[in-house]
Amino acid sequence: MVPLWFYLIVAAALFSMGTFGVLSRRNGVAVLMSVELMLNAVNINLVAFWRYLTPEKINGMAFAAFVFVVAAAEAAVGLAIIISVYRNRHSVIPEEADTLRG
Amino acid sequence: MQFFTDPNFQPWLIPLGPLLAFIIITLATNRAKLAPSGDMVYGGFRPPYGNMPVPVATPWSRFLSISVGLGGIIMSLLVSWSVVFRAIGDHDFGTSVVFGNSTDWLANGTQMLRVGVLVDPLNAVMLFMVPIVVLCIFIYSIGYMANDPRQSRFFALISLFAGAMLTLCVSDNLLFLFVGWEVMGLCSYLLIGFWFEKESAYKAAIKAFTTTRVADVIMLLGIVYLYHITGTLNFREIMYANNGALLEVLGNTPAILFGSFGFSAASLIGVFLIIGTIGKSAQFPLHVWLPDAMQGPTPVSAMIHAAAMVSAGIYAIIRMYPVFVGAGAFAADPHHGLFTQPLMLMALVGAFTALFAATMAVAQNDVKAVLAYSTISQLGFMMAALGIGAYVAATFHLITHAFFKALLFLSSGSVIHAMEHGEHHVHEHGHGHDGGGGHGTAAAATVHEHGAQDHSETHDAHAGHDAHGHGEEHAAHDEHAFDPQDMMNMGGLRNKIPVTFYAFMIGGFSLAGFPLITAGFWSKDEILADAWLGATEGFGPHAFVFVMLAVAAFLTAFYTMRQLCLTFFGEARTEEAAHAGLGGPNNIISQTMQLPLIILSFFAIFAGFVGVPKDFPILGSIFSSGGSFFFHLVERSVVPLGNIAPQHPAFNIFPVLVSFAVALGGLYLGWVMYGRKPLKAGEPDPLIDILGSSLHTTLKNRYYMDDLYTMLFVKPSQAIANFINVFIDKGLIDSILHGIARLAVWIGDFIKVLNLWLIYGVGDGIPRGIYRAGGWLRRTQSGRIQQYLLAVLIVAVLIGLVLAVTSGALAAPR
Amino acid sequence: MEITIITIAFIVFSLISLVGAYGVVTCHNLFRGTIWLMVSLFGAAGMFVLLSAPFLAAVQVLVYIGAIAILFTFAVMLTRSVSNLKTRFNRLNINIAAAVALFALLVVGIIAPVFISNPNLQQPISTVTRTTIDLGESFGSGNSFALPFEVASLLLTATMIGAIVIARETDDEV
Repeated sequence: MVPLWFYLIVAAALFSMGTFGVLSRRNGVAVLMSVELMLNAVNINLVAFWRYLTPEKINGMAFAAFVFVVAAAEAAVGLAIIISVYRNRHSVIPEEADTLRG
Repeated sequence: MQFFTDPNFQPWLIPLGPLLAFIIITLATNRAKLAPSGDMVYGGFRPPYGNMPVPVATPWSRFLSISVGLGGIIMSLLVSWSVVFRAIGDHDFGTSVVFGNSTDWLANGTQMLRVGVLVDPLNAVMLFMVPIVVLCIFIYSIGYMANDPRQSRFFALISLFAGAMLTLCVSDNLLFLFVGWEVMGLCSYLLIGFWFEKESAYKAAIKAFTTTRVADVIMLLGIVYLYHITGTLNFREIMYANNGALLEVLGNTPAILFGSFGFSAASLIGVFLIIGTIGKSAQFPLHVWLPDAMQGPTPVSAMIHAAAMVSAGIYAIIRMYPVFVGAGAFAADPHHGLFTQPLMLMALVGAFTALFAATMAVAQNDVKAVLAYSTISQLGFMMAALGIGAYVAATFHLITHAFFKALLFLSSGSVIHAMEHGEHHVHEHGHGHDGGGGHGTAAAATVHEHGAQDHSETHDAHAGHDAHGHGEEHAAHDEHAFDPQDMMNMGGLRNKIPVTFYAFMIGGFSLAGFPLITAGFWSKDEILADAWLGATEGFGPHAFVFVMLAVAAFLTAFYTMRQLCLTFFGEARTEEAAHAGLGGPNNIISQTMQLPLIILSFFAIFAGFVGVPKDFPILGSIFSSGGSFFFHLVERSVVPLGNIAPQHPAFNIFPVLVSFAVALGGLYLGWVMYGRKPLKAGEPDPLIDILGSSLHTTLKNRYYMDDLYTMLFVKPSQAIANFINVFIDKGLIDSILHGIARLAVWIGDFIKVLNLWLIYGVGDGIPRGIYRAGGWLRRTQSGRIQQYLLAVLIVAVLIGLVLAVTSGALAAPR
Repeated sequence: MEITIITIAFIVFSLISLVGAYGVVTCHNLFRGTIWLMVSLFGAAGMFVLLSAPFLAAVQVLVYIGAIAILFTFAVMLTRSVSNLKTRFNRLNINIAAAVALFALLVVGIIAPVFISNPNLQQPISTVTRTTIDLGESFGSGNSFALPFEVASLLLTATMIGAIVIARETDDEV
């Protein structure tokens, strides 16, 4: 077995890359994909901690399952919104959605 | 009703008529319609005004104004004659009975100033003369001013003039008299300048007014001083109350000024009042206004110089005569050679003026100018008479002079009318500007203005002449220097205007003092007789007066004959004179102009017979069997104070012979020079050769007195006015105002800059700064999610860093 | 540390995951991006297996790759993002810096001082783990995660309805 911190560093890397994608991608769908990456990294973190620290409890795994659910729901709704926005504005670029600009 | 029949109250009504007429005409009946000035009704008056509409009195307005004016003066005539005849009928009139009435007027502290009317014998004769002469002048004006566009206004003004004169005549105190005096001065200004567009006319009006005004101020000083000493201005109170107690006071008080030279208060007051008369009655040195007063219409000249204004001066002196005589230690007794200063002044000034004016009259060529100088001369006669104590003779001369001088003036107006008719003829019949031949050397530019003005006002008077383009005709007249008033252009008018000729002759002979049958002879003879009486007793002033007046009478006769011959005898010297005429006897205008001439001629002849001295051979017993009527009447107006009681000198043939001699001699000389061989066209005046042309020119230019006054008074006044205008008005006052204006503007600009800085800079600057700051901060709110997230991440990283450091995790060795 | 098969497996799966993530973040063609997403998720699934959570690995593949990535594919197609994106990133430098800073902070500030230096965490504590059966039991038991389970199902229902409502085409009908 590898030390815990291997998993943590991988998850941190995935999370950072996901953050980079969220901040910098010009396409809305790409942003959401990066968000999925981040959620994935979080999941890895959770499961790693469960396995190494409290494997006798089920909480860690259950919580990870729920994270799955929420991530799925969020992806679905996010994409629905993007499609709706696309229909109205014919553009999914977040940089162009600045009507709340002030 | 008793008010209207009581002779004490009736004098109030005498001036009321004309004054009411003035008010009514001015306010109601003076209506004019606008007509273009090129139109015939305007008659080509000066200036032509382009074709601008000018007001011309409507025919109805003329009719009403004439009616109202005539009504006023006729009412005055009726009332005054009723008072006069009632007064004459009363035997005691003058000594114990006079008509009078007074009423309170102004409260003056505890005293009450009263104003009232008085009729005593002196008044009575004035009230007899003035209304009838003025009425004649009014009737004459109907015709003379018939084509003037401002005829209604003329009637209003002469009504005012008549009202003022009558006020002066009936007043019972000096103040009321002065009121009438001043109103007449005003009317003289308005009437002399009646044709005010003419420069010479308005200048003459100003000259008349200012000259008499100078004298009036001094007269007012005299009145004030009199009031100061006596506390009253009422004639009878001053002179007769308490047996002349006030006169004693006046006579004994040394005067405020010159008291150390022996002037009593009475003398000083007298001198001041005389100075007033010198101005009003045009004596030397204030005579300069009277010849220029010829600029007014002829009826005005008649009124001013005959009936009204100049008579007022003499009347005022006679009124105040006891004051001049004085009382007490300095009382005068002219019949015994004692003179007070006023009397001496009057004698000297009067006699000098009489001769002075007569010399100027012989060299004049304008028919009205000769008459003007003769007026000055005759007034000198009256003043000299007053100076030597012959106040009754002076009054007599005043009355007769009014009649024949008015007659002469109105006749001369007729002559001028006729000459203009002739000129009109000449132009109409295409003779062109042919009057050049007859201009003579004397038709100088000095009288050019007369010509142009008199032209225009009578051109439409000629019946039977159709309308012409008068405008352009008159434009032509301007270049044509024909003067209808110049006697050198006349000649031979005797056959053209016979009625005028006879009237003029009667008036002229009366003026000259043609023996026995003219009124002028009797009055002039009285004066000379009184002067001679004193001269025989060896008194210097009397002799001086006698000699001067005799010479003046000679010259008077001479220039009168000269005038008659030049105007009426011989051949017509110009085309215009050849065609002169008044339009025939059926012309209504000429009838209204000739009727007064006839009336006045009657008086000029017969008015003298009331004053024939008792002792005159033959005629005395016919006319004045009970003593000369006039004498008895007038001498009662001044209660004898002993020393001035007029004496009835025993008849002395010498002054009568002198009167005969001077009158006939002068007339004969004039006939010889001008009548026997009447002047032909182009011949110069023979007088020029006799006197020498330099002397003649000096006489013609009035001894250059006008130029002297101009240099002494007019030019310095103008220079001072100019100086004040430039340096004080414009330089000082205007510069102060401009300075204030500039200061205000500067303050405004300063505040504007302040506002700009304060409000724009600070007040607006703060919001602007906030705006800019807000704008700068706004950039953080771009509406872009990713930017927000980036910001969140950076801050979170920083916080994490801080926490990591502070928790020691970073610092812990690994 | 000995190199066992588990270590190699871990290295392989983590590389797959990281490469996939890199691909997602830097792809030109979003269609390919979804493929890279699938790759990354697959690597994560492998790591779950290594972490004794096979059920989660299966769920990862079935749900994440099988549903959500497909969903992304449809979204890419529906929003016409397939074509080559001309600009991929905005504010590239700052974002890279921020992401690197984040990674650095995480590693240096948290992981390193806490977990690396702690010798107790080098190996899993025990090899006795809960299994899928235990997970299933916990979802059904009232003392355990039954309520969250129901709520999760409710959430999914709401999500479905919401997604439909949001993304449908509205033609003036209700």
